[in-house]
Amino acid sequence: MATAARKSGGAASARGGAKAPARKASAVANTPAFTKDEELFAYREMLLIRRFEEKSGQMYGMGLIGGFCHLYIGQEAVVVGMQMASKTGDQVITGYRDHGHMLVTGMDPKGVLAELTGRRGGYSKGKGGSMHMFSKEKEFYGGHGIVGAQVSLGTGIAFANRYRGSDQVCLTYFGDGAANQGQVYESFNMAALWKLPSIYIIENNRYAMGTSVARASAQTDFSQRGASFNIPGIQVDGMDVRAVKAAGDMAVEWARAGNGPMILEMQTYRYRGHSMSDPAKYRSKDEVQKMRSEHDPIEQVKARLIEKKWASEDELKAIDKEVREIVADSAEFAQNDPEPDASELYTDILL
Amino acid sequence: MPIEILMPALSPTMEEGNLAKWLKNEGDKVVAGDVIAEIETDKATMEVEAVDEGTIGKILIAAGTEGVKVNTPIAVLLEEGESADDVGKASKSATSSDEPDQTADAAGGKDKQATEEPSAKKDGASVPAAPKAEIAADPDIPAGTEMVPTTVREALRDAMAEEMRRDENVFIMGEEVAEYQGAYKITQGLLQEFGARRVVDTPITEHGFAGVGVGAAMAGLKPIVEFMTFNFAMQAIDHLVNSAAKTLYMAGGQMGAPIVFRGPNGAAARVGAQHSQCYAAWYGHIPGLKVVMPYTAADAKGLLKAAIRDPNPVVFLENEILYGQTFDVPKMDDFVLPIGKARVHKTGKDATIVSFGIGMTYAVKAAEELAGEGIDVEIIDLRTIRPIDLDTVVESVKKTNRLVTVEEGFPQSSVGEHVASQVMQRAFDHLDAPIITVAGKDVPMPYAANLEKLALPSVAEVVEAVKAVTYKA
Repeated sequence: MATAARKSGGAASARGGAKAPARKASAVANTPAFTKDEELFAYREMLLIRRFEEKSGQMYGMGLIGGFCHLYIGQEAVVVGMQMASKTGDQVITGYRDHGHMLVTGMDPKGVLAELTGRRGGYSKGKGGSMHMFSKEKEFYGGHGIVGAQVSLGTGIAFANRYRGSDQVCLTYFGDGAANQGQVYESFNMAALWKLPSIYIIENNRYAMGTSVARASAQTDFSQRGASFNIPGIQVDGMDVRAVKAAGDMAVEWARAGNGPMILEMQTYRYRGHSMSDPAKYRSKDEVQKMRSEHDPIEQVKARLIEKKWASEDELKAIDKEVREIVADSAEFAQNDPEPDASELYTDILL
Repeated sequence: MPIEILMPALSPTMEEGNLAKWLKNEGDKVVAGDVIAEIETDKATMEVEAVDEGTIGKILIAAGTEGVKVNTPIAVLLEEGESADDVGKASKSATSSDEPDQTADAAGGKDKQATEEPSAKKDGASVPAAPKAEIAADPDIPAGTEMVPTTVREALRDAMAEEMRRDENVFIMGEEVAEYQGAYKITQGLLQEFGARRVVDTPITEHGFAGVGVGAAMAGLKPIVEFMTFNFAMQAIDHLVNSAAKTLYMAGGQMGAPIVFRGPNGAAARVGAQHSQCYAAWYGHIPGLKVVMPYTAADAKGLLKAAIRDPNPVVFLENEILYGQTFDVPKMDDFVLPIGKARVHKTGKDATIVSFGIGMTYAVKAAEELAGEGIDVEIIDLRTIRPIDLDTVVESVKKTNRLVTVEEGFPQSSVGEHVASQVMQRAFDHLDAPIITVAGKDVPMPYAANLEKLALPSVAEVVEAVKAVTYKA
């Protein structure tokens, strides 16, 4: 498993890309250490996503969440590390596996969960659902249900940044499945041509729904998918939040300085099925169990916190308790908040 | 307190399933994520994972039980410090009063749902009425205003230039819009005045640049995306429909896409099937879009300025054949027309012709011919396909009692068929004849000159239709 191999060999490696400076790549060749505060921050943020998603799965099972619901469990280090690398004002856009992305931008878990249950207190007043949510305030641009569409849209957000001469960077997330869509390459071309501040984060969780990367992709090194456009790309151990942040720091600096786009292939893994109704027969139980037990992004941080005596089991339990309470409150709200008023049927169609 | 584990719903449509197998026994410890049971649905066998940590206190539904309703308690989980004696204290859900051995009964169809049915299922009767938007009339053109003969091409260019001067956030992007001065010369001079930052040549990449435009609009800019023709926008239609039109609704009003998609639409001349179709009905179908299709130069200018200012996505359908036609345009500082308002092109009393865009050329010529035969036709130019101004049409039909629609697009599910259906529903008692919808023929556009002519509507067909509805045929 590539992720495991890379853990010992270094967090990230840069290849291809005419302007990808080897110097920069080597800067993250050895996984940089986190400070105690960073470890604790990452632990709590990842735990919040984990618990939130477990609750979402549970509520889906109870029929409180309808339609499609794609859980982010296993991939938490990717958004948390990237968010730690970005700054206020940077935009985020992603596909339909979006709950984690929303939580790290600081969106209120109550509003997110209430959207999942289709209630009026949801971010989209209950009219968007799990896959379609936005927050203008938190610079979160969705939440898109069409695979790959967010890549062109994110490129457009980066275009707006350059047009305005702002120093904002747009983080555009998509999966290994979306990476085979044509518009991704149309977007790469324009982003490189116009040097747009766009970071393409390919969350390679190894399965596009039920199709493994090897069965769907002629070039399975997604970091090289921008090679035709001279977009530098690196592979990152997406299970290690420190490696993600280090790669993110480099990419954000690169894009913010006006050098154009960069691709980060995050080698990650989703523990659950593609959506709630996926029996996940395309992979073995052992494979999942191995990832969970050996590479879990949260357990990794936890182990370091304990080992360095930066936190006791009790202190971590207290964090867990606090996170559980936030999620429980959100669930309470999301179950009791009323559905949208019938009059909302015809609102927000046109301004 | 012990926690009841409920039969989960594992797909959007699952109502019941078979409890195939228990992978944990009473007394086993579980942590979140452990697979505790397997459930068969109509589609697949799925694993049930524990959500909480604890010990399986009691299994309520035996392995092999079929037809277990969603939300039926299937087991009780004991938390730390609890014993089997606590099983009975499990947090109650609506179905928890069932004794374990009775749950087969529940499975048999007694239909006890733990969760509330969405209210929509209970009172589906009261669908709120669609709101009616008030749309202002055309602005008054002061007496003595100079009327300047202008081509549609110049009018479109002037509209964009004026709006770009007015608002720094407005920019245009598309193929050949800058250096080449526009494939159809609509953007002539814009690069020279506004520079390459605001007049952006794109690669030939419709899907991609339509998405880039929508993204820029979501981020607050006001893009004008030119498609060299709307036929090529087929590659980009997902961004027009799924990204641009729906975002405001899906975002609960927080963010939308103030963008204009414009370019020539419909048949030009002898360009064959792939370059010759009208998208009025296609985009007219989509809530969240505005769709404009002007005929005259004045409408082209006033409506394009309105489209650029509009906070919603607007599809602006032009026509290559009309680009070179000249009409009077009032010389005013800021000539903006309302989107969503039809224009009575000519008043008349005997029959109403409703058309739009290039369809108007047939209507106007037919009306002239019919006038010679003593038939006085009223012509309504819809100008906007969505929101469609049916009030103006219905008022006219109440006067003339007869209606013919004219368009170049394909006949099935056409704009004319929509107008006909609405007039039938709103003004049936005012109709003295069946409505006739004149449209392009139900064939891909042929290349051969004679066949192309046959595929398009003709003045003669419109004349014939009006005579038919006035019983003068």
